[in-house]
Amino acid sequence: MIEEPLNGGAFRPVHSGVLRHLLFVCALLLGACAPPPQAPSTVLRWGGDAEGGAPFVEADPGNPALVRGFDVEIVEQLARGLGRTPQFVQVAWANIEQSVERGDFALGLSGLEDRPELRERYAVSLPYFEFREVLAVRPADTTRYHALRDLAGKRVATLGATQAYRLLLDAQRTHGVVPVSYDDDVHPYTDLLEGRVDAVLLDHVIAERALKRTPGFVIQPEVIALGHYVAVFAKRNTALRDSADAILRAGLRDGSLAATFRRWGVWDAEQAAYQQRLLADSAGSGGARPAAAGAATVMSYVPALARAAGITLGISCAAMLLAVLLGAGIAAGRVYGNTATRMLLSGYVEVVRGTPVLLQLFVLYYGLSAFIALPALLAAIVGLGLNYAAYESEIYRSALLAIPRAQLEAGRTLGLSEWQIFRLIRAPQALRLALAPMTNDFVALLKDSSLVSVITVVELTKQTAIYATNVGSWFVPGLLCAAMYLAMSLPLSRVARALEARWSVR
Amino acid sequence: MTTTAPRPVLHIERLRLTRTHEGVARHVLQDVSLSLPAGEICVLMGVSGAGKSTVLRAVVALEPFQAGRIAVDGVALEPGPVPRESALRDFRRKVGMVFQQHALFTHLTVQQNVALAPRHVMTQSPAQAAQAATALLDSLGVAHRAQAYPSQISGGEAQRVAIARALALDPPLLLMDEPTAALDPARRGALADTLRALAAQGRTLLITTHDLAFARAVADTVAVLAEGAVVERGAVTQVLDTPRHEETRKLMAVDAR
Repeated sequence: MIEEPLNGGAFRPVHSGVLRHLLFVCALLLGACAPPPQAPSTVLRWGGDAEGGAPFVEADPGNPALVRGFDVEIVEQLARGLGRTPQFVQVAWANIEQSVERGDFALGLSGLEDRPELRERYAVSLPYFEFREVLAVRPADTTRYHALRDLAGKRVATLGATQAYRLLLDAQRTHGVVPVSYDDDVHPYTDLLEGRVDAVLLDHVIAERALKRTPGFVIQPEVIALGHYVAVFAKRNTALRDSADAILRAGLRDGSLAATFRRWGVWDAEQAAYQQRLLADSAGSGGARPAAAGAATVMSYVPALARAAGITLGISCAAMLLAVLLGAGIAAGRVYGNTATRMLLSGYVEVVRGTPVLLQLFVLYYGLSAFIALPALLAAIVGLGLNYAAYESEIYRSALLAIPRAQLEAGRTLGLSEWQIFRLIRAPQALRLALAPMTNDFVALLKDSSLVSVITVVELTKQTAIYATNVGSWFVPGLLCAAMYLAMSLPLSRVARALEARWSVR
Repeated sequence: MTTTAPRPVLHIERLRLTRTHEGVARHVLQDVSLSLPAGEICVLMGVSGAGKSTVLRAVVALEPFQAGRIAVDGVALEPGPVPRESALRDFRRKVGMVFQQHALFTHLTVQQNVALAPRHVMTQSPAQAAQAATALLDSLGVAHRAQAYPSQISGGEAQRVAIARALALDPPLLLMDEPTAALDPARRGALADTLRALAAQGRTLLITTHDLAFARAVADTVAVLAEGAVVERGAVTQVLDTPRHEETRKLMAVDAR
């Protein structure tokens, strides 16, 4: 049972593993190609993520084909100013910048955070909204946790690939905070209430919305950091960006931007002060820090990727061990057990193979959290292990059934017990038959382990996604990530082939 | 052959065996009785489907029977489901079986195949079991293949290894299912010599075969199986030279073609 719809009300949505892999491949393939031509200029195509929800962009409850939110209204103002009609394009939040660069739409807008890397790679609008990174804590902790340094050794949740996540990574180095990355903004707060994490660091807009949905925590008044939302344009499209900035400045002056924010409940004294400063400083540099760039940036991510690869390998090995042991038990039960055992076990195998592993991970981690709150890493290992056990059991079952009956009967006529026949005759030969499909499964598991990022485990693919979002490109991170996966899977295939070759003479 | 032994090594009495497949019962053996004294080689003949192999499978406790009695060297099997292996430990020591396809364990060497039961049933030490296996393989002329795997040896060699494996626990009774089926004619004489040497040591053999020449070469006695019963039984020359039963004549006619 799952208490929340999987993406319900989530700001930065969960991407399905399939979609993520697809996007990854597409990014690699298209990275080198020229972008398609710009859309004709009577409409203003813009990209955002409607799964993000209010107050940014959400599907209109009255007409789900339409979207609404303060970002939607800002686009409407821009379109009016440009004399065009806005046309919304749904795109996953993490991919908005790259889609805009590819030319899928003219601008992206969906609570996108201003950051140096973004300015380096894309044309960026004036930062139209200032948000505050704030801590959410359990009521009992309100006097203890005011800043990140108070959270040494504590688990602090946030959304992956955000400014807040980068702040937590810094705090990990300086204060020993333990960052926990989520793919949506609902579960950090529910996990806070359940005690899985000790604090949540996110934009005050998101924190306030979460408090309305799941009361029971406290938003601390201290501002941990400031950040800004911007609209993003293709690098070459500075002309459109400049027009948009002019329209935004007009909106600042005539109060229409303030009215929009007020309508969506995100207007306060701090925002008013920020708009004054923004108007005064019409250059609109947005306080962006100088950019660190080039080979140094790439190299700085390699240790993190290597660590994440270690996590991927660790999860995969532990899950495979569980799957092998459990799978062998299931196979033995299905071959040797009575009717009831066989039916129960084949039921398990059918259910597990017939439902997505993503769903199983969600149910295990969130659905069962009311009864048993598994730590994320353990849930990942158990979830993948339980899933793969079903596949392994089928391999072992068919391998056991492939051993000629005459050999088993020969064992009986020699006076061996059933257990001895299994241990000395059937299992060793079945293992040789199962080796090749097991190797395939392990390589598949190595890749499927990327799914566990949905339950906050940062493994290789997730780390790569974070890295790619930071540098604004999938090309180098994608190649690095692929190389690491291959470095893990190729030696394994070689070992398996060598073993098979050794056994094939028998 | 003298029949001074007070007790037959194999005694089958009024054996009835019915197989049920998808709810349809088939009476494979209706009323089989057969007694073999120590040191006798008996060939069990009959047309395909007469139930020759089924008799062997019942005697070696791989298949349950519904009525009658089987006793090997004084240890009896009763009608009803095949007992658990733990209840068969004494019985298993009394009878060895050589399967038609040899059924060697393909992941073990020849020597390991033979040493498996002594090691794990008799709990001999590995060295002891290996030494005994080598001696047994030597007596059957395949000691030079001791370290080979079953996939690396010929059919004739595999058969001798299977015999060695069946003899590893030194059972008084040896069963062989169609030993000449996959053997070229030149090797049949050699096999007959080997089996006669085993009988000369006092071992009792029950062998199913279609092969009249082989039967003449190896057997002391013949039992002809037809319609689920032994229809003719006697010394090999008597039965094959002057067959009295219609089924026996049919067998000879088939072979003569």
